[in-house]
Amino acid sequence: MTDQTGLSGLVDRAALVTSPVVARRVRGLSERAIAWLFITPTMLLLLAINIFPLIWTIRLSFTNYRANRPNATVLDVGLANYQSILTDPDVWAAMTVTARFVFWSILIQTVIGFTLAWLIDKKFRGHGLWTTLILLPMMLSPAVVGNFWTFLYQPQIGLFNYVVAALTGAPASSFQMLAQVPLAPWAIVIVDTWMWTPYVMLICLAGLRSIPDYIYEAAEVDRASPWRQFWSITLPMALPFIMLAVLFRGIENFKMFDMVNLLTGGGPGSTTEMASITLKREAFEKWRTGYSSAFAIILFVTVFGLANIYVKALNRVKSR
Amino acid sequence: MSGSSHTNPADVVATRWPRVLRRGRMETVATILIAAGVLMLLQPFALVLYTYSFVTTLAGVVMFTIVSKFPD
Repeated sequence: MTDQTGLSGLVDRAALVTSPVVARRVRGLSERAIAWLFITPTMLLLLAINIFPLIWTIRLSFTNYRANRPNATVLDVGLANYQSILTDPDVWAAMTVTARFVFWSILIQTVIGFTLAWLIDKKFRGHGLWTTLILLPMMLSPAVVGNFWTFLYQPQIGLFNYVVAALTGAPASSFQMLAQVPLAPWAIVIVDTWMWTPYVMLICLAGLRSIPDYIYEAAEVDRASPWRQFWSITLPMALPFIMLAVLFRGIENFKMFDMVNLLTGGGPGSTTEMASITLKREAFEKWRTGYSSAFAIILFVTVFGLANIYVKALNRVKSR
Repeated sequence: MSGSSHTNPADVVATRWPRVLRRGRMETVATILIAAGVLMLLQPFALVLYTYSFVTTLAGVVMFTIVSKFPD
């Protein structure tokens, strides 16, 4: 009520200070025109910062343009950049590195996230505090997490090595998570899991809380065991939410850059060189702007396709 | 005047629209194309699959964008 009075007071004051010429002009406009007047600046801004760069990137992807040679003649090369990327074994290798990272991180996050959600859903004493503590990593910036884990992985002073040494008995300085070929991909998977499992847990928790109690009560009446209830009620009914979390994390991990760049920079060698790292190298180290634009478009179309599936899954969950 | 005498124009379009071209079914086909394209892009087994992955995904995306405007 007070808000409404305050708002009408504000409108009255705005009407008083508006010059008669402007007031007459605005009064002559239809509601549709006024709506357009309000949304036009936002649309122009979006066009300038989103749509224009996208169209420009598509244009550049068909040329041999190099950003470090702005005065050089730019030639149209047709589909040559796309052909080159899609037949290059090195880019293919980067894609398989990305695939391995996406697969393992999502698998581990889904298993741990769902288990945590299932435990939190039991509403034990202090579950609110535990939920808050579990959610903390998700709220940090990837740049902070990257730097933080670089210190944790230090073979001489890092806490991670000492914990592993205490558990396995191996000397703490005998392995380097970020510098050894077999360990570096797992180092990134561990950090990503640490940071994003809480997100998967939240979505799974929403799924578990959406299951009505009467279904479990009916199962109890039918003398279904807890194991049977889990496989026949809990898991099938939470599955659309799990799919949603998997798709969202899949899209995010497919274009993961910041954390990998901070932790390993794609190394050792090209063990952790994901598609985004290859793209950055092509664009800002080799300065093949046309080629990297084509690569960016390929990644964009892939993410756009996955986003379409994500929206479809989201609508299915909403309609439940 | 009974409510049944009125016909929604969208319903007319939907009834005249071929059953095989209904949105749900076509969106599923597009989704399968996109998923196949992404799998082809990320698989480590055959370079030829990787080569044709982008065309497959692009076809799926374009199809999804078009068929999402089809009636149910």
